[in-house]
Amino acid sequence: MSFQDILLQQLANGLILGSFYALVALGYTMVYGIIKLLNFAHGDLYMLGAFIGFVVLSFLSAFLGDSWTGILCSMVLSMIAVGLLGVLIQRVAYQPMLSAPRLSILITALAVSMILANLVMALTDGEYLAFSTDLGYDGLELGNVFITYTQMVLVGAAAVLMIALYLFVHKTMYGKAMRAIAIDQDACRLMGINVNRIIALTFFIGTSLAASAGIMAGTYYGSIHFFMGFVVGLKAFTSAVIGGIGSIPGAMLGGLLLGLLESYGTQIPFIGTEWKDVFSFGILILLLVFKPTGILGKTEIERM
Amino acid sequence: MTSPDSISGAANQADGSGGPLGWLESQRNRLIVLSVMAAAAMLLPLIANNYVLEVMSNVWFYVMLCLGLNIVVGYAGLLDLGYAAFFAVGAYTTGILTSQFGVNFWLTIPAAVLFSCVAGIVIGGPTLRLRSDYLAIVTLGFGEIVRIIARNLEITGGASGLIGIEKPSIFGFEISQIAHFYYVFLILAVLACFVSYRLQHSRLGRAWQYVREDEDAAEAMGIDRVAVKLYAYVIGAIFGGIAGCFFAAKMTAISPETFTFQQSVLILLGVVLGGMGKIPGVIVGAFALVLFPEVFRDLGSSRILVFAIVMLVIMLYRPEGIWPAKKS
Amino acid sequence: MALLTVDKLNLNFAGLQVIKDLSFSVEQGSIASLIGPNGAGKTSVFNCLTGFYKPGSGRIDFDGRAITRQRPHRITRRGMARTFQNLRLFKSMTVLENVMSGMHCRTRAGAIGAILRTGSQRREEREIREFCESCLEFVGILGEKDRVASNLSYGTQRRVEWARALATRPRLLLLDEPAAGLNFDEKQRLIGLIKRIRDELDITVLLIEHDMGLVMKVSEMITVIDYGRKIAEGNAQQVQSNPKVIEAYLGREEDEEP
Repeated sequence: MSFQDILLQQLANGLILGSFYALVALGYTMVYGIIKLLNFAHGDLYMLGAFIGFVVLSFLSAFLGDSWTGILCSMVLSMIAVGLLGVLIQRVAYQPMLSAPRLSILITALAVSMILANLVMALTDGEYLAFSTDLGYDGLELGNVFITYTQMVLVGAAAVLMIALYLFVHKTMYGKAMRAIAIDQDACRLMGINVNRIIALTFFIGTSLAASAGIMAGTYYGSIHFFMGFVVGLKAFTSAVIGGIGSIPGAMLGGLLLGLLESYGTQIPFIGTEWKDVFSFGILILLLVFKPTGILGKTEIERM
Repeated sequence: MTSPDSISGAANQADGSGGPLGWLESQRNRLIVLSVMAAAAMLLPLIANNYVLEVMSNVWFYVMLCLGLNIVVGYAGLLDLGYAAFFAVGAYTTGILTSQFGVNFWLTIPAAVLFSCVAGIVIGGPTLRLRSDYLAIVTLGFGEIVRIIARNLEITGGASGLIGIEKPSIFGFEISQIAHFYYVFLILAVLACFVSYRLQHSRLGRAWQYVREDEDAAEAMGIDRVAVKLYAYVIGAIFGGIAGCFFAAKMTAISPETFTFQQSVLILLGVVLGGMGKIPGVIVGAFALVLFPEVFRDLGSSRILVFAIVMLVIMLYRPEGIWPAKKS
Repeated sequence: MALLTVDKLNLNFAGLQVIKDLSFSVEQGSIASLIGPNGAGKTSVFNCLTGFYKPGSGRIDFDGRAITRQRPHRITRRGMARTFQNLRLFKSMTVLENVMSGMHCRTRAGAIGAILRTGSQRREEREIREFCESCLEFVGILGEKDRVASNLSYGTQRRVEWARALATRPRLLLLDEPAAGLNFDEKQRLIGLIKRIRDELDITVLLIEHDMGLVMKVSEMITVIDYGRKIAEGNAQQVQSNPKVIEAYLGREEDEEP
């Protein structure tokens, strides 16, 4: 393979990885933007999305087959289920803690994350499950570079979801309300916005996006595991910070950037796949030192 | 169970007797209870079998780790999700230096302290300037980095880890049996209590509390919040590093899988369970942490699930932990 | 001699100019006031002086040295202390512990001293305690020293903030609306206290205040700002007779009077 081929192949790999990161990062950033909470459980909701999708698909495949139709249906169902779970978590665990010290709510979020991951571990005995689909390995051949249709569809689907979200946030009343709450919750209450409902909606959208990424990852990698959300959660957070936490376009940009950085990073001599995670966290730490507000983030001036 | 607590008594402003443990407020009663517990802890090896000693050594070990993390989480109010990394730094320092360079065990402790300090400053320095949430995530990432490094490097023995770490000896007496280690860890736990107590009731300890309660007001009072937090973070790191040295000496073998995220969370749970920032609470937490899985052995790998649920319930219904609060 | 000099200070918040080209100075040993209608940018000026906001441009000199854009704790160490408009006490700590926070920057014991309880550490702890008690006595609430801050009345909490600021051994004390929420009697005592701080402790005082009566009684120099801009300056009489001030401030203030 020539240098150019590697460049192109890694571009494809980076884009798909980046799409997953971006979808998960969106939920992080939306929730952070609206209630300033770092939802540690977010990565686990991504994992749960994959598992629920897996269960639904194993029922649906009898009727719809395990090709795109089946996957799409199970994806929608899983997104709804996980989205509702996200709302439930917000109501039960986070809502009562909003006025508590930050440390308490962070620990609560951590506990929720541990519960989700370990619940799935107990149910699956910690085994890898084969996410079997029937998508084939056809694809486009561009010289020495091979890109499967699956990869293309997944990136396309992620793009559609992200564009839909962007339009929703910027063109609808709900989106406007979300942005308003992020600025001043009390003022929104006075303006007659049902703040709790909008927060719930934000959780629903954020977690269902993570779930969609979970199923896509399951489809792409072919296996799922209870711990899959842990590293992706971390990477998605890194993406959100790269783009500027609280910024929706920032999360998309950060996700894609991190995906590309990782794909190309593993090609650098001495880095290789076993150092991939160290590489990403190294980026996170450097970024926090030099530009903690990220690419699109705004400097925050706290008023006294 | 330790002498430092007996010093408190009058120094603490008890605005009233605190519930069922109210009678503990009396200094005399406290002294009696503490003496009985101290005697029990010291005499245990005379009556207990090896299993009990093993479990109890583990308890004292976790008391030290939890008290170390308590300085970061309980005193300074910072969430550290990668505490196992410091524990790993200590364990690997001792492991590598003794098994590959033939360094005497006791000399590895200052080295471990140094490395933990450096690691603490490298991670804490940049992140402590930012909102506290960032520290949580960065420490989480740092914990993973340390584990991955340990797994990938040759000097750390890769995924299988290090074996044949020499047991330490003191004045020609080799610390080898479980009863010996029991005493070593008991002493460490007592020392950890003592140091925690002294720090808590000092200028630095107060500064941690100011920063925890209101960062801006603390800064307006001339307190350098970054320096104060870094102090807590690095002291916590040193506790973890030293604990790691003795862990390596006792186990004689270490592997990267001891220092996972789960380990960090377990230590955090010990801190949260009993009551953040309260030495007796943290001790109770460490006891619960070690004894619970011993009592409920059937739970197996789902014990973390149970712990996580307990942690959630505690945060929602009793955020100050199970140890009763002192102030009314 | 001017203890504090502010020169052409500018501050922007997301395009909104909160402070515009503001210049004023506070004489050593004086009691000065910064007044202006709600939203005029008074507290923002305080936040710039104490390092909580980073001004876009301009210069702040304190005690002959520039403190512009320094971090708050450094400025406090230099000798400028403040109180907050909406009380910022360490709520779960006792009154004495609250006041002891002020002494932090004047003392040095570190971790090793604390663990070993060295002689110098114990001496220092005793000094901290004694000095803080004298601060509490000065503001008249020594009797409350062991009570938890959040259980105190509003007026007493204010005094704790004062004692806490005094414990930093300042040369300049910034008081952000010290009379807010106080009744008539308390206000009278407040005037006495402000004067005693200057006369007995030799501390220069700069205050932000809404209560015009109080401002006129205590201040030797008054700076009036509106929309972040200085509109008048002078002693009580000069300011009171300035038509710009009447237009911007006093007229409205009278409407608000109950």
